[in-house]
Amino acid sequence: MSTLLEHWGEQDFPTAARELLADSQLRKNVRHATGVITNKRAKVVGELPDWQQLRDSGSAVREHVLSHLDEYLLQFEENCTRAGGHVHWARDAEEAKQIVLSLIQAQSVKEILKIKSMTTEEIHLNQFLDEHGIHAHETDLAELIIQLGKDKPSHIVVPALHKNRQQVRELFVREMGLPELGDQPQDLTAAARSYLREKFLRLSVAVCGANSLIAETGGVCIVESEGNGRMCLTLPKVLISVAGIEKVIPRFQDLEIFWQTLPRSATGERMNPYNSLWSGIHKGDGPEEFHVILLDNGRSSILYDKEAKQTLKCIRCGACQNACPVYKQTGGHAYGSVYAGPIGAILTPQLHKMEQGSSLPYASSLCGACYEVCPVKINIPEVLIHLRGKVVEQEQETLEGKLGPWNIGMQAAAQIFSDGWKLDLAQKAGRIGQKPFIAKSGFIENLPWMLGGWTQVRDLRPLPQQSFREWWAEREKATTKGDSNK
Amino acid sequence: MHWNTGYLKEAIPIIRHFVDVYRDSEVVCIPSSSCVSMIRDHYPKAAEETGDVKLIADVEALLPRIYEFTELLVNKLGVEDVGATFPHKVTYHASCHSMRSLHLGDIPYRLLNKVRGLELLPLENIDQCCGFGGTFSIKNADVSSAMLADKAVSVLNTGAEVCTAVDNSCLMHIFGSLHRQRTFVRTAHIAEILASESLGGAK
Repeated sequence: MSTLLEHWGEQDFPTAARELLADSQLRKNVRHATGVITNKRAKVVGELPDWQQLRDSGSAVREHVLSHLDEYLLQFEENCTRAGGHVHWARDAEEAKQIVLSLIQAQSVKEILKIKSMTTEEIHLNQFLDEHGIHAHETDLAELIIQLGKDKPSHIVVPALHKNRQQVRELFVREMGLPELGDQPQDLTAAARSYLREKFLRLSVAVCGANSLIAETGGVCIVESEGNGRMCLTLPKVLISVAGIEKVIPRFQDLEIFWQTLPRSATGERMNPYNSLWSGIHKGDGPEEFHVILLDNGRSSILYDKEAKQTLKCIRCGACQNACPVYKQTGGHAYGSVYAGPIGAILTPQLHKMEQGSSLPYASSLCGACYEVCPVKINIPEVLIHLRGKVVEQEQETLEGKLGPWNIGMQAAAQIFSDGWKLDLAQKAGRIGQKPFIAKSGFIENLPWMLGGWTQVRDLRPLPQQSFREWWAEREKATTKGDSNK
Repeated sequence: MHWNTGYLKEAIPIIRHFVDVYRDSEVVCIPSSSCVSMIRDHYPKAAEETGDVKLIADVEALLPRIYEFTELLVNKLGVEDVGATFPHKVTYHASCHSMRSLHLGDIPYRLLNKVRGLELLPLENIDQCCGFGGTFSIKNADVSSAMLADKAVSVLNTGAEVCTAVDNSCLMHIFGSLHRQRTFVRTAHIAEILASESLGGAK
């Protein structure tokens, strides 16, 4: 198993990225898949004359919800309960896992069904259940691939994006015992279908997530591409949904916005193939018992942060990941978290209250491509800068941080930039100081310490012997002396 | 640089100094879209955070006088033909800030199209970040280099001799690779091209 998977979440982004950049198969897979989805997205978004207004509305609804989150959650609980569902509140991952465990144990089963849920990945539910002798079978094809391969998801919508067809075939041959398996998409899906079908018909408990919780009706909605969701939501006796508290929307009517923006942003489709909506339970139809576990796990503390609060508007479409030029190079594993790419760079460190993932806010060139595609207009670059501010504050609280090369360098630069004569002096000093670094080519090809990061693939033109201001001053003097004007 | 890297309080004296220096300028012309973006997108908020009423007012008074170089020519001065001659094959790289923050649109193209002798070749994947990102180029040098590799390929694929942009930050980064690879392609800020008058051209 790669170092990365073994030390999941422990390596910082630059270190993890370096390992992944060396994997050219991975880079090819990621580049191809994100390119395909990006093109599809552009086409279906281009069809809508009011895409920008949809973004504005989506953002407004989400902002409104966040300002009244307590009201809407209580409203959801009331209506869901009235419809025959049970609502549980989980402060953190531990509490959520315990609740899920006891609900499953009450059914005396050792195997359950899982629909793809990034929230359950966030709390590491499957591992926890395994430790208690319960195996959760992933039924989403990509999550199945991840599970069989003892891998980790690398994208919130297409978690196995880093694997290509050949790699999947090899995995199925090995794990499903199918030596004759063909390598066409139809062969692979047929294999997955048989493998999963017998589980759908046999198992009586399913765990899912939720795309939206509807306060007005106490309803839950899940949209998906494969139909495994539909199987798991209708066949089992007991259905358990784990949902982040920010998933709630006020009214049924609000789906009008998100059911247009989510599928287009996520998979480049006008509509998801399967759209499931239900409230509570219905006698004689579907599950007999339905539970929703409302998960906080760090979300409510994000609410207090005026700048970063917009992080919670996210509807988990993954468009930012597909648009991101950094993600395109490394794939999702570089972020060491289920939430990768731009949204991961802001959500992951905040969920850990800035105690983990402090390199993630820097995993961005601030190009803004993510903000441009976000269907709910999260200004990710702005939140990144805000979180960088927090990381710097933390760094400056320790002696090691205060005396570190970055802090020293930035303090010195701040001094130099604060006055013209200081900049002038620094430039003059630089012209002398750079001399030993200038190669025969007349360029700087090698710089020491961390500046070596620049020169590993880039040359650097030395500071000119005359700055523009010096040239201008000379020119002015020459002109006023009566020389010919241009 | 400080603001973008998270040294927010360290940026404040620099902002104050800038506001001070240009307090009485009728127009401030800035040949860098990322600098203009910093001023337009972040100065107001930075000032607000200080709670300094005077600074907030000063920034507000400064903003309308800030122009990116090509904005100044086309929007303020209404000039597209500056009388330049630059008989070379050129490709234009649209920097992230120029596209997504300043929304320059076709302003640079309008200027380049009037340059005598200049053959403008379109850059593929023009919306892809070159990978500079300020301190990102050092903090995440490996990924920055990977992004640069893609951008260099796109530039070389155009067949242009010169790659231009409204930002020297991107150009320094792109040139860094083109020069390291000993390609025949060089970079020139759009101002250098527009200042070229004779067949000699900008060096």
